[in-house]
Amino acid sequence: MAPVPQARRSQDGTSGDTAPLLSLRGAAVSYGQRLVWQGLDLDLRPGEFLAVLGPNGSGKSSLVRALLGRQPLSAGTLTVLGRAAHKGGRHIGYVPQQAALSAQAMVRARDLVRFGMDGHRFGPWRRTEAVRRRVDDVLASVGASAYADVPVGMLSGGERQRVRIGQALATDPRILLCDEPLLSLDLNHQRAITELVDARRRSHGTGVVFVTHEINPVLGMADRVLYLARGGHRIGTPDEVLSSQSLSQLYGTQVDVVRVRGRVVVVGAPDEVAAPPHHPGHETTGTTGSHTSDGVRP
Amino acid sequence: MMLADGIWHQIFAFDNYGELLALVRNSLIAGAALGLVGGLAGVFVTMRDLPFAVHGISELSFAGASAALLMGVNIVAGSIVGSLLAAGAIGVLGARARDRNSVIGILMPFGLGLGVLFLALYKGRAANKFGLLTGQIVAVDTPEMTWLLGTSALVLVVLTLIWRPLSFASADPDVAEARGVPVRALSFVFMLLLGLTVALSVQVVGALLVLTLIVTPAAAAARVTASPILLPVLSVVFAVASIEGGILLALGSSVPISPYVTTISFAIYVGCRLVGRYRTRRWGSRGVVPQPA
Repeated sequence: MAPVPQARRSQDGTSGDTAPLLSLRGAAVSYGQRLVWQGLDLDLRPGEFLAVLGPNGSGKSSLVRALLGRQPLSAGTLTVLGRAAHKGGRHIGYVPQQAALSAQAMVRARDLVRFGMDGHRFGPWRRTEAVRRRVDDVLASVGASAYADVPVGMLSGGERQRVRIGQALATDPRILLCDEPLLSLDLNHQRAITELVDARRRSHGTGVVFVTHEINPVLGMADRVLYLARGGHRIGTPDEVLSSQSLSQLYGTQVDVVRVRGRVVVVGAPDEVAAPPHHPGHETTGTTGSHTSDGVRP
Repeated sequence: MMLADGIWHQIFAFDNYGELLALVRNSLIAGAALGLVGGLAGVFVTMRDLPFAVHGISELSFAGASAALLMGVNIVAGSIVGSLLAAGAIGVLGARARDRNSVIGILMPFGLGLGVLFLALYKGRAANKFGLLTGQIVAVDTPEMTWLLGTSALVLVVLTLIWRPLSFASADPDVAEARGVPVRALSFVFMLLLGLTVALSVQVVGALLVLTLIVTPAAAAARVTASPILLPVLSVVFAVASIEGGILLALGSSVPISPYVTTISFAIYVGCRLVGRYRTRRWGSRGVVPQPA
């Protein structure tokens, strides 16, 4: 894929490589009386990998929705590339949580990528050779060429996520927003997907917001971690945020963070980060272990 | 043996075929338009998982048509009014799949009940009544033709304009919304287009069997291809083949048109499933278990 042209960057109202792609100031989201998070100050720099962690109901999805312009803030400001967050920006590539699509059998991998390119345009179908070549390039760049013509419903979870990332990158976005892209993937596929994202931000300076409730697959890549829990949050490097002291403060109870063979294990967090992943397609938003003490959930 | 011959002759009779053919010229033209529109709308019905909505709309369309019959006004217009009311209600009240099904389940018996009431009050030819439920071929006169073709053209034009974003919104609503596709508005517009298509189909195959034109052809096509071009093309070919074949076979017989149309449509579906098994095996050999849709 062609690198992001420098000219386009300045058109976006940002200057150079250091201006933040995303900027949250005193941001808060609440549903009625329930405050999800507040006082969030955050800048995402080009090429930065931000991991967003937190238990179920801590507002990770609300953050994703806010970044996509679908969730108004109850306080504070959010600017995306110098503008207020809005729907339909081609500069945010979005990898949604896996969900069963009813049309899975009727759409091929290449169609999904093509949707990412010009699916929003009205008018009669123009099947230009340039677009087709571009789709091929994108599929090749995520290693999905072999199953370009296979219906999405017949792909494995890992293959589908590759296609999803291709779809999100189809417009050469400045920001890549991934919502739990590792759910229900085995370790090999988790590594493949995270490496794909990592390579992209290094080669293109794409800022990455990576929502996950399993930190270990992205531990070596995350520049910073945003940890949301119980209406509060911590932002910092993985070492700063993922410490017993920091998380105990956040949860208001004794939490132990243990590092074993390069992995981080959080013990004692209510509905902890290492909770077993949900199965896609089921709305198991309320799955909680027996040890869960807080019932926070929108 | 005699009895069997008698039944056979009722079902398949081709006496004076040439003269009969001239009588149903209008129906053949209407059938082609209907196959085109129904086959295309069916693609999205299958994608968006709306077969039950099609059935629900057709019952209200039937109520509208029977009301028009009772009042002596244009039946196609009555049918369209009923359809649009149902489609609008489903579109507004049933944005989410779970709500949608209950809304349809509530509307459907109500529509059917109204239709039965109007037909009971109607004192005209019994064949007119029966035709609304099970289809008729010689019913298409010239003013109705104008309505049928005009409405088909309208559906066709709008569908062409919104085809791409509607495909995106149908296949991948979450990302489509993030990319700025007006997912909800498109969903509502499509329900209205579906209402119009159903109203047209009711005129030919009858309210009870609309699914055979709007769902079966697209579902059959989806068994053999996922190409965004071949899928709608095949769906239209299957729909047109079913309806025109049905009209031609039903011509000389005393049986309504619908069993012919539904049988051809079903046979095509079975054939496509068999072909589709080869396709699944080909991709299945990559060692991947297909996920249930």
